[in-house]
Amino acid sequence: MTTELLAPPERNYLSAGYTARSWLLTVDHKRIAILYMVSITLFFFVGGAAAVLFRLELMTPEGDLVISETYNKLFTLHGIVMIFLFLIPAVPAVLGNFLVPLMIGARDLAFPRINLLSWYLFMLGGALVMWSTFVGGVDTGWTFYTPYSSTYANTNVMLAALGAFVTGFSSILTGLNFIVTVHTMRAPGLRWFRLPLFIWAHYATSLIMILGTPVVAAAIFLVALERGLGIGIFDPKLGGDPLLFQHLFWFYSHPAVYIMVLPSMGVVSEIIACFSRKRIFGYRFVAMSSMAIAVIGFFVWGHHMFVSGQSVYAGLVFSFLSMLVAIPSAIKVFNWTATMHKGHVWLSTPMLYALGFIGLFTMGGLTGLFLATVAVDVHVHDTYFVVAHFHYIMVGGSVMGYLGGLHFWWPKITGRMYPEWWGRFSAVLVFFGFNLTFFPQFVVGYLGMPRRYHTYPEEFQIYNVMSTAGASILGVAYLIPLIYFIWSLKYGPRATANPWDARGLEWEAASPPITQNFETTPIVTTDAYPYAEDEQRTEETLLV
Amino acid sequence: MTGHVAHHFDDAEQQFHAANLGMWIFLATEVMFFGSLFAAYTAYRYMFPEAFVAGSHSLDVVMGTINTAVLLLSSLFVALAVNAAATNRSRAAAGFLVGAIVMGVVFLGIKAVEYADKFAHNHVPGAHFQFHRESEGEHAVDGEHHVSVNESAIPGGDFQAGHNSPDRTLEKRVELFFSLYFAMTGLHALHMVIGVVLLGIVAYQAWRGAYSQTYFTPVEVSGLYWHFVDIVWVFLFPLLYLIR
Ligand SMILES: [Cu+2]
Repeated sequence: MTTELLAPPERNYLSAGYTARSWLLTVDHKRIAILYMVSITLFFFVGGAAAVLFRLELMTPEGDLVISETYNKLFTLHGIVMIFLFLIPAVPAVLGNFLVPLMIGARDLAFPRINLLSWYLFMLGGALVMWSTFVGGVDTGWTFYTPYSSTYANTNVMLAALGAFVTGFSSILTGLNFIVTVHTMRAPGLRWFRLPLFIWAHYATSLIMILGTPVVAAAIFLVALERGLGIGIFDPKLGGDPLLFQHLFWFYSHPAVYIMVLPSMGVVSEIIACFSRKRIFGYRFVAMSSMAIAVIGFFVWGHHMFVSGQSVYAGLVFSFLSMLVAIPSAIKVFNWTATMHKGHVWLSTPMLYALGFIGLFTMGGLTGLFLATVAVDVHVHDTYFVVAHFHYIMVGGSVMGYLGGLHFWWPKITGRMYPEWWGRFSAVLVFFGFNLTFFPQFVVGYLGMPRRYHTYPEEFQIYNVMSTAGASILGVAYLIPLIYFIWSLKYGPRATANPWDARGLEWEAASPPITQNFETTPIVTTDAYPYAEDEQRTEETLLV
Repeated sequence: MTGHVAHHFDDAEQQFHAANLGMWIFLATEVMFFGSLFAAYTAYRYMFPEAFVAGSHSLDVVMGTINTAVLLLSSLFVALAVNAAATNRSRAAAGFLVGAIVMGVVFLGIKAVEYADKFAHNHVPGAHFQFHRESEGEHAVDGEHHVSVNESAIPGGDFQAGHNSPDRTLEKRVELFFSLYFAMTGLHALHMVIGVVLLGIVAYQAWRGAYSQTYFTPVEVSGLYWHFVDIVWVFLFPLLYLIR
């Protein structure tokens, strides 16, 4: 690793201003990425704190720490905060915001002010969710199912739902910005099939953001009308159908899983190419599999409703379509594996996270096939099996990708190196803690423990104790990077423009980049990941 | 001219292309947003055809038709404004835009009259909602008067079968029709209000001579938005007023 003592460029995007105003009114995509990074980190620890509390409660079969109502509010808070305020913005709004213009050789996103607006909307939505918590909390679960949310839950549900609605618009604006930027602002010579896979993944994610989010917005809008004005759309007393809410909700919320995981897949592609010193195997297949996941993902929402009274035929069709998603997902996993094959694999911190991603995502994906099978789903529906499955995808997938990406591009973002030993240590600890938390939940779910209850029969205690122990380890493993990242801002060694000897336009910019990103617009003459031709040289560099 | 190109774009053409594409993508999200409401309407109409026909008959087709014509005319004005701006006639563009704004306000006025009528007849969903087929007089459907709804065939039907007469059941379902009517036309009217403000700003700029052959992006982009809102109405009108 080359970490020569270099002075950072005198003027870079970080030194462009130190006042609060220079941050809060910035239109620089890199600074907005930092604003997002700080905000989602705060929300991550809020959502994590809720999880700590209910994991403690679940240590014992009796309800002894909190009453059931508080328990319901805790898992609702955890769900709403982690999904709407952390997982959905995590990779796109932080890493995507920072890297999309850099990777395509542009000076900014197409609409810098709309980008800033999207952060303000995000914060407004986050404030509403926090407000709903402070005035008493919401107990509907993050899914806001009707008629619970429209008739029976307390009124704070409207604040929280409004929060989700507003953050939805921030997500739409981010997606819109990415699509327009990728279409209109690529550097000369950067044809579509020369784009880094990170960009393809974000393009596919953006499609879901702009086409899926408005549907959940409409669903929340209708719940608000029902709740606020007394007009009924999902109300069975009027002949309305609560199932319609579930259809609209999952039409977005299933694809939303791909908003969380596709960008992480993009991150993993970049990391694996770099630390295997090879061009990604089957580049076009990996690029197109992102698009395929985005498209097929829109036609599988019914798998959340196998036991909701949907017709058998609809169930079978949704079951079949859900299994189709496994094909593009498997294409990615196989191609990543093939990329590493005979590559010069270097187990750096980002690479450990990427490998962790592959393992956990594969596990989550395969158990997803169980759940897509109607007969099995009837048995395990609403049990901890489902909880374990989606955490393997959303935490095992998204968070591993986010952390891997954060380590990979940390030198670019801050101009400093993080401590490699601590990085590897916490990456391994995250993987271990995660599996200890969630693997027992597959077992206890299969044995029949339902989700969303704060008491359970005694024979399930051993699994819950394992899970809580794992969650404690996971909590510590997430705190370590927080500490050393902050430490590195002052004490980390200075990073060169390209400390990993990686390929890609972002590594041609300075670390940290100047406000305009590049001194002169780069011209692209090669495909993505041109690692192979100078394998020999990189080997010498890396084995120092 | 170059003064209009933001720092991160290479040239005016790239900027125009980006703004245009941005608006098209925004409209795609709008299609999905209204599309969800259309899907809800279609599902319930399929479940309760008679109640929806009865509800539809209480809407004033004449008012709806006039409003459709008014909106189409406004779209024509907007198209003329874009053309005027693109041919260096900024002031003429301002004039056309004012024409479109006037048409938009007329539309909203007629819509307000219709809403007032609904309030007067207690057709607004909520505690005071009333719908009596007999008293709806001139709007009532010809022919069969007593509607028998096959309760068991309808989800949620059993729920009310015990206490409610078929007329009461029908009333509840007409209320569902009006819930969707107000949700969809209300949301459309909100988009109209935003459109009027948007065109107002652009018209003011046009009057000051801000647009020319080389730079008329705001006219083009806000025009796209206006046409979209117009097209939403072109779908709402037959769905709510005409299909009976
Ligand atoms: Cu799903």
